[in-house]
Amino acid sequence: MSEKDKMIEELKLIVKPYIQDEKGFEEMHEGTDFINDLKINSANLVDVILDIEDKYDIIFDNDSMDKMLNVKAALEIINQKVSEK
Amino acid sequence: MKNRVVITGLGVVSPNGVGLTDFEKAIKSGTSGIEFYPDLKELGFSCCIGGKPKISEALKRQYLTELQLRDFNSSGILYGCMAGMDAWKDAGFSISDTTDYDSGIIFGAGTSGIEKFREAIYKLDDKQVRRLGSTVVAQTMTSGVSAYLGGILGLGNQVTTNSSACTTGTEAILMGFDRIKAGLAKRMIVGGTSDEGPYIWGGFDAMRVLNYKHNDNPESGSRPMSATASGFVPGSGAGAMVLESLESALERNATIYAEILGGDVNSGGQRDGGSMTAPNSKAVQRCIKKAVKNSNINPSEIDAINGHLTATIKDFTEIENWSEALNLKGTDFPYINSLKSMVGHCLSASGAIESVASVLQIHHNFIFPNINCEDLNEEITALISKEKIPQKLIEKEINIVAKASFGFGDVNGCLIFKKFRK
Repeated sequence: MSEKDKMIEELKLIVKPYIQDEKGFEEMHEGTDFINDLKINSANLVDVILDIEDKYDIIFDNDSMDKMLNVKAALEIINQKVSEK
Repeated sequence: MKNRVVITGLGVVSPNGVGLTDFEKAIKSGTSGIEFYPDLKELGFSCCIGGKPKISEALKRQYLTELQLRDFNSSGILYGCMAGMDAWKDAGFSISDTTDYDSGIIFGAGTSGIEKFREAIYKLDDKQVRRLGSTVVAQTMTSGVSAYLGGILGLGNQVTTNSSACTTGTEAILMGFDRIKAGLAKRMIVGGTSDEGPYIWGGFDAMRVLNYKHNDNPESGSRPMSATASGFVPGSGAGAMVLESLESALERNATIYAEILGGDVNSGGQRDGGSMTAPNSKAVQRCIKKAVKNSNINPSEIDAINGHLTATIKDFTEIENWSEALNLKGTDFPYINSLKSMVGHCLSASGAIESVASVLQIHHNFIFPNINCEDLNEEITALISKEKIPQKLIEKEINIVAKASFGFGDVNGCLIFKKFRK
């Protein structure tokens, strides 16, 4: 499993409590959009972000949080923050 | 009579019984739900006893989803949702995918999510505002209970929360009644809920209005109408009813628990002996009289009174007010009971839980016993016959029950329930 696939699997565990579209969740990939494909309530996006912070022991700034709308952006921002640690 | 209003569903989450079946069994047998709580002792409370509904994690999950329960810390919202959902189901309704614009909610609360509020304030003061998560607002806004419930059930009429201290639950029922009577809704879920625990009960402990003499003997701590009544025991929980226009209830052939004939709410204005914490007796009597009058009944038709009766020195004043307002005393006085002897004072939920008990008495023809008043207050028995204060279950035909609640702010509420007859 590539590093990216491994991170997507980790992300799947984090978003699982919030998703309302099982099919989108099963097929979750780099192009998946949190709100449109997983039907995550937009208010819950902040909870997803807090859970990601806890998992990777990182802190996002407001700009990064605003961008965190899909798997691709999440992976990029996580990688960036982890590398800055 | 225009737009008669009937009760077609009940739900209750009480310290001595969760769900209608257990609750009815508990009130008939005089079972106390009051327990000793070590955390209250640890915090230095004088009164270390109270009433909390016993709810397992598994039971919670029958009402709220895993997502709703994530970071959830609001006992009052949980109890209100449980009681409201039970009442809706009991009335024969299921959860709809579409919005029902004919049904609404008036669900009262004194505070909301006080435990969650505390948690949030600690985080905030620790400069962690960004880590509060998404549900602090929903869990701590006063209307949290009606907002959660409205969303779960998909109700589209008025969805709101009223708040009038210990009159809250009783007032909510009257507000729902008025709305249906005015033709503005076909069905209203009405009720009241209260958070539990030290953060809601502490203020009362500080006022020294709680009973601190029964920490070793919690079940006998709540003593309305007793000579040794020396303060109330705090409780929590929720009660709910589905009120429905008679037309709608008959159309769908619903079970009708009772009819609401009328009622009244008022305030004594904190004048004439009334204050933030004490009632103006003139206003109390006026409230009862108006409820009786707009229900078109004669006081002598009242079979039983479900009192506010918290177990303070004001119990006698309340009985005196009932006696004056109804112009009945001695053996002519109706039976009277106080649910608080078993569950304590459930604050903003009290009127709702006690109204559910009142309606069960009509539907199943009984009067539940008062407990902990083996030593009846002599001032009270000088005014009304002691047989009218049952200490054992009475099984008999019950037609009319009057229910009243009184609260801080010198506010009063009185309801008249009657067995339904076409």
